[in-house]
Amino acid sequence: MNAPNKSGWKPTMPAGTDGKFGGPATTTGNKALMLEEALIFEIGTTETTGVDLPDVDDSAPSRLGKFARTDEIGLPGLSEPQTVRHYTRLSRQNYGIDLGFFPLGSCTMKHNPRLNEKVARMPGFADVHPLQPVDTVRGALGVINELAQWLIKLTGMHGVAMSPKAGAHGELCGILCIRAALEARGNAREVVLVPESAHGTNPATAAFAGYRVENIPATEGGRVDLEALKARLGPDVAAVMITNPNTCGLFEPDMRAISDAVHEAGGFVYCDGANFNAIVGRVRPGDLGVDAMHINLHKTFSTPHGGGGPGSGPVVLSEALSPFGPLPYTARTADGVVHLVEEESAEEFAKEHFGGPLQHFGRMTAFHGQMGMYTRALTYMLSHGADGLKQVAEDAVLNANYILRAMEDVLHAPYADSGPCMHEALFGDAGFEGGLSTLDLAKGLIDEGFHPMTVYFPLVVHGAMLVEPTETESKAAIDQFITAFRSVAERAKAGDESLKAAPYYAPRSRLDETMAARKPHLGFIDPE
Amino acid sequence: MRYLPLTDTDRGEMLQSIGASSIDDLFVDVPEVARLDGPIRDLPMHASEMAVEKHMRGLSKQNLAAADAAFFLGAGAYRHHVPASVDTIIQRGEFLTAYTPYQPEIAQGTLQMLFEFQTQVARLYGCAVANASMYDGSTACWEAVAMAGRVTKRNKAVLSGALHPHYTEVVKTMAKFTGDEIASSSPTVQAEPDNAGLIARIDDDTSCVVVQYPDILGRLPDLAEIAEAAHSKGALLIAVNTEPVALGAIQSPGELGADIVVGEGQAIGVGLQFGGPYLGLFAVRDKKHVRQMPGRLCGETIDADGRRGFVLTLSTREQHIRREKATSNICTNSGLCALAFSVHMTLLGEKGLRQLAAENHRLACLAADKLAAIPGVTVLNTSFFNEFTILLDGDARQIVRDLAQDDILAGVSLARLYPGVEGFSRGLLVAVTETTSEEDIETLCSALKEKLS
Amino acid sequence: MARYFTDEHEWIDVEGDTATVGITDYAQEQLGDIVFVELPEVGATVDKGGDAAVVESVKAASDVYAPITGEVVEGNASLEDDPALVNTSPEEDGWFFKMTIGDKSELDGLMDAKAYEAFVAEL
Repeated sequence: MNAPNKSGWKPTMPAGTDGKFGGPATTTGNKALMLEEALIFEIGTTETTGVDLPDVDDSAPSRLGKFARTDEIGLPGLSEPQTVRHYTRLSRQNYGIDLGFFPLGSCTMKHNPRLNEKVARMPGFADVHPLQPVDTVRGALGVINELAQWLIKLTGMHGVAMSPKAGAHGELCGILCIRAALEARGNAREVVLVPESAHGTNPATAAFAGYRVENIPATEGGRVDLEALKARLGPDVAAVMITNPNTCGLFEPDMRAISDAVHEAGGFVYCDGANFNAIVGRVRPGDLGVDAMHINLHKTFSTPHGGGGPGSGPVVLSEALSPFGPLPYTARTADGVVHLVEEESAEEFAKEHFGGPLQHFGRMTAFHGQMGMYTRALTYMLSHGADGLKQVAEDAVLNANYILRAMEDVLHAPYADSGPCMHEALFGDAGFEGGLSTLDLAKGLIDEGFHPMTVYFPLVVHGAMLVEPTETESKAAIDQFITAFRSVAERAKAGDESLKAAPYYAPRSRLDETMAARKPHLGFIDPE
Repeated sequence: MRYLPLTDTDRGEMLQSIGASSIDDLFVDVPEVARLDGPIRDLPMHASEMAVEKHMRGLSKQNLAAADAAFFLGAGAYRHHVPASVDTIIQRGEFLTAYTPYQPEIAQGTLQMLFEFQTQVARLYGCAVANASMYDGSTACWEAVAMAGRVTKRNKAVLSGALHPHYTEVVKTMAKFTGDEIASSSPTVQAEPDNAGLIARIDDDTSCVVVQYPDILGRLPDLAEIAEAAHSKGALLIAVNTEPVALGAIQSPGELGADIVVGEGQAIGVGLQFGGPYLGLFAVRDKKHVRQMPGRLCGETIDADGRRGFVLTLSTREQHIRREKATSNICTNSGLCALAFSVHMTLLGEKGLRQLAAENHRLACLAADKLAAIPGVTVLNTSFFNEFTILLDGDARQIVRDLAQDDILAGVSLARLYPGVEGFSRGLLVAVTETTSEEDIETLCSALKEKLS
Repeated sequence: MARYFTDEHEWIDVEGDTATVGITDYAQEQLGDIVFVELPEVGATVDKGGDAAVVESVKAASDVYAPITGEVVEGNASLEDDPALVNTSPEEDGWFFKMTIGDKSELDGLMDAKAYEAFVAEL
């Protein structure tokens, strides 16, 4: 066995190809395995169906009163073979982790284990109703409970609100907990401090909760400026929202000091947990003084992103915030037991364990949250265990540093001199020639067969490129990416005009987003 | 560790190439107080696929799956047959493991699907434009209330008493923080919804009226009448639908005058899953309101070579651009559930949806008639689609618990939905779908007969 | 008629008691393709330096501030169908709104064409 690839096999482009493949046009618009596909509204009919159901009996008794539908809805149907082919063809126009390297910074596109999918489909999880009598769903509640314990232990926190539906929903949950806790003290305060480099959801969330958003200044090394932050803290500051590791891919070395200062000023520390993958199993945010942190189960804990959701955003809470979490929630009591608390038992629970009146801030969603994501995330945690999760963080960080060091001589790496990065490597567009931009480089990577990194985020670096390899890439895959990334970066620095029209080999060339926004066409319109 | 490709040799080489002596060198920024000396304690170590599957199967077995029971639960989550091809398609890696389509050239699959989904939802709801999904029906409902505030520049929402109580709670919770005024009440347990009472609560400060259709008790409120009353006061009508299959048999809310139509899409394609992930649907009747909508929108355009393609558009409404001025903080939505919905809806088509709705209604009528014949059971509704309320001569919640021991999941008691509300103890919501057999109906009837005699 | 400029890259034409407001050629160039303009409602009172309109490109939304205090009397309806006018004719057909002049002295602090040209040259 002499892998990896000691034979030296290398894929090549056909000789002489420069730019687009120059074969003859096809009548279908198809290019062999790359197949064009019409809309269902162009190929289906309202008479076609892919299911077998009894014919409608118009003489059957009806209790619909005057509301019975008489008009046509306009929903086309396809038979099963047409349906399977339609969506299979569409799927092939998508890039996914299953296909290749997907280093989308801040999004943690790691492999989605298929055992997770199998478990989520077990009838005891997939085919139970949220309002069944609790005695018939003890196992489902057990999953929530067990996952909650994992999250609490991995983060070193006191309690966890499980119901938020995604990261931004979790952020909202955390900030609402903070607001509720401050209101209970008699003053909700006015300001939430957010670094300029934060995800857009942070200021949007704080504004929603009724807070004025102010920027936290950053140091030249891309970290929170502790002294400037301390100077700004005061009785009007409700919370500081910090991402750690931050969106520049750096750990905040002053995190503990920041938390202490915020607490001293009577505020709370919210940590955006989007980047938890860098420290999972290795560092516990509770040890850093965090009061609330959402965890994206669809990032760190491998539940599929599914083309934009569903996600799941449980929020771990400090002892001070735990009583204020929404319903339903779990919390660890002094006896070490973790409880699941719903509306009916909430009052009793609060009396018994918090020694006070009902303090939860309300309900954020119908039912109990993202069960289908809980089963997947728990399956993943059990698979890795405490030792495996620690290895996850270490490999994710190692891979990112490996890319950082392999690229820093070609691309501007603004924080490379300040030490190692965490799980993502950040670059800027300094030195690009000929009017070429980060976007051009990204599109060039598409032609090389990679999903581009996150671009133009964080806002603090010009033409930012945020590369997050995750731990589920082999060294060979990373080496191949580095080779391609270097080559495209060199072209950008040499002002290679051809990048401006990339991608050449994707199902579509660059799309006219201006036209889409000027004359929004947001649904199919039947031709006259 | 089967999900980690790096070998120890790889790790050694990589550390060497970056000039680090050990992995600890890369975590130097972690403060001393937070450094651990090994894996986190009190948690198990890694386990084989077989061992994990066994553990999870054990937990799964502690639940009574709907397929193993005579099953009559609804109240916002419905059990329908999902064709096998739906699950096959959503498990294709190109859909399952894709991200939000930020690079449209290599995400046309997701984008075209979303464009089709938006069109399907808009047509089903009788609206001009639908978005690419929200988390679920309850959060979509709150987003609609918030949007009505932006459109009308008023901040008093009037909620029908017959709105799903969880939805009401979500709206009230959010409104506490935004300062919006929410007028709500408990439903009146009577044969017809109290339209007159609701209309009387609309005034010149009202931003919107929120009405569920069919409502929490399964009744069909007269949306046209409420729309007219709301519009005459300058307020918007928000219609909430939790059972999209119903719209194969009843008129769409948009046609009846609702300005914003939101709902839960779970019933088509998604499955029960103990409450999530589900699928929030969100549509507006008049496209002039598009710029006030929350969430992602997919639009048609062309590429540099003139070929049709799709992109996410009107993004300036969203948090990643507008930050604290965004219409909503939503980012991740329910893409894969939208795909499941869209595939199932494509398999059904207009014909299948109408057949499905008719079959649901036929079986529900049958069940209602059989139940009404039992001494001690009264059917409350005069109108319903596939879910209705019955009143029992007894404590409905206790009866539900008792019947569950015989694998009969009889429905959702009103006391479960409205704990502690006086006079609801006799009420039971019964949902009947195409997955309910006539034998299941017989089983429920004989069990109730025995219980109430 | 006199034309003034602000350091936020708006121009303001004053004719009698009415002023017409738009963004400068420099501003439209910075913003790129304009896809939407959100105009203030007719009858709204705007304060000098306060938010008056929003101009959007595909990836950015920028606030346009009122150069002076006054009441909005008309919005440019043609921008609704053709926001590209802001790119093609920023300082004429692509005007944003007309307003009353609440306090003529507020004009004193603004730049004339020459001063604005020099201001832009410095950027």
